Amino acid sequence: MKPKRKTSAQEAVERMHDDAVVFIGGFGRGGVPENLIEAVCQKRLRGLTIVSNNAGTSSTGIARLLEEGCVRKVVCSFPLAKESVVFKGLYNKGLVDLEVVPQGTMAERIRAGGAGLGGVLTPTGVGTDIAEGKQVIELDGRNYLLERAMRADFALVKAHKVDPMGNLVYRKAARNFNPIMAMAADWVMVEATSEVAVGDLDPEAIVTPGVYVDAYVAIASAGQSMETAA
Amino acid sequence: MTATGLTLDQMAWRLAQELEPDWVVNVGIGMPLAVVPFVDPAKDIIFHSENGIIGMGPELEGTGVVDNDLLSAGKRPVSLIPGGSFVHHADSFALARGGRLDAAILGAYQVASNGDLANWKLPGARTGSIGGAMDIAIGARRVLAIMTHKTRDGEPKLVERLTYPPTALGVVTKVFTDLGVIAIREGRFILEEVAPGVEVGEVSAATGAELCTEKTCIMSLPR
Repeated sequence: MKPKRKTSAQEAVERMHDDAVVFIGGFGRGGVPENLIEAVCQKRLRGLTIVSNNAGTSSTGIARLLEEGCVRKVVCSFPLAKESVVFKGLYNKGLVDLEVVPQGTMAERIRAGGAGLGGVLTPTGVGTDIAEGKQVIELDGRNYLLERAMRADFALVKAHKVDPMGNLVYRKAARNFNPIMAMAADWVMVEATSEVAVGDLDPEAIVTPGVYVDAYVAIASAGQSMETAA
Repeated sequence: MTATGLTLDQMAWRLAQELEPDWVVNVGIGMPLAVVPFVDPAKDIIFHSENGIIGMGPELEGTGVVDNDLLSAGKRPVSLIPGGSFVHHADSFALARGGRLDAAILGAYQVASNGDLANWKLPGARTGSIGGAMDIAIGARRVLAIMTHKTRDGEPKLVERLTYPPTALGVVTKVFTDLGVIAIREGRFILEEVAPGVEVGEVSAATGAELCTEKTCIMSLPR
């Protein structure tokens, strides 16, 4: 297998373009590829649709993209967290669109996108606002919503370790949406905390096989996931 | 006379008694978090956190180093119990929808006597935060709601039909309020226990639907 492209964050995002749909891993501050996000900000892209669980935490992560005016629409499950101050400001002024998706439905739509399926049938959201405009299918006496699969042009993924083949392992709950997003985008960029040699990752423990990865950045930042509580 | 009712800690304590040994339990953010410290560790409950933690341990208190890779659904630092594990988001919700949750503890704006739950969006609001509530509510085998019996304005939160946007239909099995424990069976509210010092009639008056009080007993609290 040919080694994957190891780049800088700036090079990794080089082929990203305006109006793209972008998956960004993370849940709260865990597993957010903050260096790749910063590189996207510097590229001054416009009109992005961002798919991620949250709408940014204080001034980090997706909040940075919102601040820089890169985002047209946010697709997420939990837009109004106390810390999502940047998003709320823009949303209240009508400067960013929002699609709220139940968290498990979002996960399963992405998984379906990565698995070559057209969509999924889920009981989640039946009889709620979420069902509006969606087909309801009854199977064996239970109602399900037909939810379309979701794919993206690009995925920004945060991993713990990467090897030159692009194989990934994650750290604790920073795994969250990252592995499924890596499977469902046309171009997958990984920001890993450290790089190890081929063969150093236990094949039984690799979560994302390198076949899904197009480029990676290794940014040694042992302190990144840890911060001192105020 | 005005009912005084239970404190949040007492409500949380009572709900904690409802959990049975070896259950797998999801705990929502907000009021449900108050339940966890009252759960007897000897019950070996496995707590599930929607962000892929199976076997979430207690919240870590105090200042010091925060590990952003190990936060609860409410984004607070937590621990992992020995033998705990991590899964990605699709697997975390597969567990929830797939019937592996013995119970979910959720906060609520309103609960209807048919078990309908409202907890994500205020009426007339442009949007709200769903998070994992819709998936967890339809997936868990029991949905235990914890909430005050009335709104701050004194409106009943236990109602005949929801006036708030629903989160899930027909899912709530029991409600734990400051006035008592209300089971939902066959489309009816059944007052199983009333808080000490509260009259059954006061609970009925505070409830926006018929309340069955035939077998109500007085809740016993720890001294």
